[in-house]
Amino acid sequence: MQSIENGNALNGAGTQTFVPKIVAFCCNWCSYAGADLAGSSRLAYPASVKIIRVPCSCRVNPTFVLKAFQQGADGVILCGCHPGDCHYVTGNYYTRRRMALLFSFLDYLGIERDRMRVEWVSAAEGARFSQVMNDFVSKVTALGENRKIADIRCKGASGGEDVAGGNNDD
Amino acid sequence: MQRIGVFICHCGTNIAATVDVKKVVETVRAEEGVVYAADYPYMCSENGQQMIQSAIKEQNLTGIVIGSCSPRMHEATFKKAAAQAGLNAYMVEVANIREHCSWIHKDIGEATKKAVILVRAAIAKVKLNAPLQQGTSPVTKRALVIGGGIAGIQAALDIAEAGFPVDIVEKNPTIGGRMAQLDKTFPTLDCSACILTPKMVDCAQSDKIEILSYSEVEAVKGFVGNFTVKIRRKARYVDETKCTGCKACMEKCPSKKGLNEFNMGLNTRTAIYIPFAQAIPNVAVIDPAQCIKLKTGKCGICSAVCGAKAVDYTMQDTFIERQYGAIVVATGFKPIALDNFNEYSYATEKDVITSLELERLMNAAGPTGGTLLRPSDGTHPKVITFIQCVGSRDTSGCGKPYCSKICCMYTAKHAMLIREKYPDTEVHVFYIDVRTPGKNYDEFYRRAVESYGVDYIKGMVGKVYGENGKLMVQGENLIDGEQVTIASDLVVLATAIEPEPSVRKIATLLTASIDTNNFLTESHAKLRPVESPTAGVYLAGVCQGPKDIPETVSQASACAAKVIGLLVKNELKTNPCVAGANESMCNGCGQCANVCAYGAITYEEKQFRLGGGKTETRRVASVNPAVCQGCGACTVTCPSGAMDLKGFSTKQIMSEVESVCRA
Repeated sequence: MQSIENGNALNGAGTQTFVPKIVAFCCNWCSYAGADLAGSSRLAYPASVKIIRVPCSCRVNPTFVLKAFQQGADGVILCGCHPGDCHYVTGNYYTRRRMALLFSFLDYLGIERDRMRVEWVSAAEGARFSQVMNDFVSKVTALGENRKIADIRCKGASGGEDVAGGNNDD
Repeated sequence: MQRIGVFICHCGTNIAATVDVKKVVETVRAEEGVVYAADYPYMCSENGQQMIQSAIKEQNLTGIVIGSCSPRMHEATFKKAAAQAGLNAYMVEVANIREHCSWIHKDIGEATKKAVILVRAAIAKVKLNAPLQQGTSPVTKRALVIGGGIAGIQAALDIAEAGFPVDIVEKNPTIGGRMAQLDKTFPTLDCSACILTPKMVDCAQSDKIEILSYSEVEAVKGFVGNFTVKIRRKARYVDETKCTGCKACMEKCPSKKGLNEFNMGLNTRTAIYIPFAQAIPNVAVIDPAQCIKLKTGKCGICSAVCGAKAVDYTMQDTFIERQYGAIVVATGFKPIALDNFNEYSYATEKDVITSLELERLMNAAGPTGGTLLRPSDGTHPKVITFIQCVGSRDTSGCGKPYCSKICCMYTAKHAMLIREKYPDTEVHVFYIDVRTPGKNYDEFYRRAVESYGVDYIKGMVGKVYGENGKLMVQGENLIDGEQVTIASDLVVLATAIEPEPSVRKIATLLTASIDTNNFLTESHAKLRPVESPTAGVYLAGVCQGPKDIPETVSQASACAAKVIGLLVKNELKTNPCVAGANESMCNGCGQCANVCAYGAITYEEKQFRLGGGKTETRRVASVNPAVCQGCGACTVTCPSGAMDLKGFSTKQIMSEVESVCRA
């Protein structure tokens, strides 16, 4: 079995490649089901993506996104039903407006725009879910570590446990 | 003190092949609050559930986390098991380590690490879970069926048979739908009217069924078990209770130039009309766009000849409001418009017709009395060419990307009927593929080819044009690899079908989701094919996807079974994961009610006790738990942070975020 002690993989030269931490908020009806379909279709995307289930994308308070960045996330993605297809009729329209404001706020904070993304993924779009995640992870990887509002006490605060490991890069 | 139990499922090798389950168990055992951790090959099995139940009892667990497949799959199973063991069902969280982990990752190390993180996040959440109790709401024991075609008729009859009252709302003046227009039905070739009209009569005679014909659904409020539906009863200008269906008015009506919708516009009808002989209700209706009296005020002949005094030119649309427990949507289909298909010359050549038009031309009650005659000159066509997939399986954007499913069979039926009735007729069929799965369907098609000598040509048609009184059909024969041109007398287009356009409005009213082709979406493609994701709304017939009559009837009966299952209940359990305002923080600003799509939030003046024996009266938000659907829109809008969602509270989600990021 491969070493799982380290959060970041070692490449051949022994230097660490950056593996971002990605938080994905997915609405229960479309995107979470889309992620399930990606799974049952065995469509891979990086393990750095961790999905948090919410009833609707409109349940995601912009403070959740900021909290994730503060806690050391390098990228946050919010997925909901396509506009017009919201299970709760109008939920994703509110999401769209709120997140438009959040983008301005992230600009103000100096957090790169590409670290945050809003995507509409339906329950039938397993392939799209996987493709969106792959694309997002590669964009965030290219940006490197998020240092803006990250609470340095959070990064690498793994409590010395061996499996979770945390980032040992600092 | 929290006592959390963690149970990790192997799912055979589905999880265990890429996630080191033992390692996950050992790692999360050390988490704060976790007093028990175990793994099992199949957690969802009876033994797995028993293992959970005995751990709950023996270890006095206050919350459990299952690391397994998607909660969409087995959350309900585990909640039920927990409840049976005395643990509140809402103290259960599922970490999705199969669909979101083991199935998409190959590296064992990576997948194991991710599984640990996902289970930890679930532990972090479950620690903040609160026991919730399901509320109850009453069930109105009456069903609404939208659409009076064969799907709606079958569903209504089955529901009525079980003893529940049903209303059928049909936008046309009569029930019967598309099936009433068909001549014969495949694969048995029995006459459509002979099998449909007795069912229509059954509907009319049932004391449980009320037919609201010439009516449309205007507004829907409420939720499963408690829908309030506003129905527009369009003005027929004829009193339904008085009209005897004698047709004296139709004989005398001077306005005879209206296109007969029932015959696909192949002949005309009078302004006051009964759509067809077996219409239910057998009551006349006036077309206001055509009636001379309604347009100019001069005429009134029908009123004068009506012995029953049923004609009323002053009639207005009326509205009724009724309560229903369940709604069946059976809005059906229409053939697509052929505006995008000029290559077939449908608009310019009278003898290029659609299959539904051919049905009317071959029907004994149709415009030609059942004799197949060309629309242009009334002669017998000698060479007939059928073109399949007109607008179906079309990814060019002109037509529909899906297969309309019924065209292969009805084209074989048409070809066979024509060859049988007029053996001197030459019949050609252009096809892309012949798709005839179904009981006795392929045998039926082979009979058309082998016994009736229908000439099937594999290939698409590029052009149809008129030349010397003939229709030249230019296409390719892929088998022989050559271009063919067939001089035909009649060309029949197997036109794609699409959902009846009014379904979009119905879907919006019911908050039922709809796909890119306007078909209503079922709750689960395989396991819940007749239920809409909106609770209490069921789907029958082509509104859900292309299907033939046997499939439509099966689906309608399945809907009826679901509706009956709902209506026999006296009350329904409601989802307790609803919003609620912390009254000490709420200032009654009113923003939450603005964003609530369900109207679940109202405001009330409440008295609060302050210190020193003083009280104050404030306006605070109050959520109706039976109406709230638990989306959470209000929680984010609330400026004071008073509004929170049970089961997905701000604290719970924050804690999950923290846990995921910390790892």
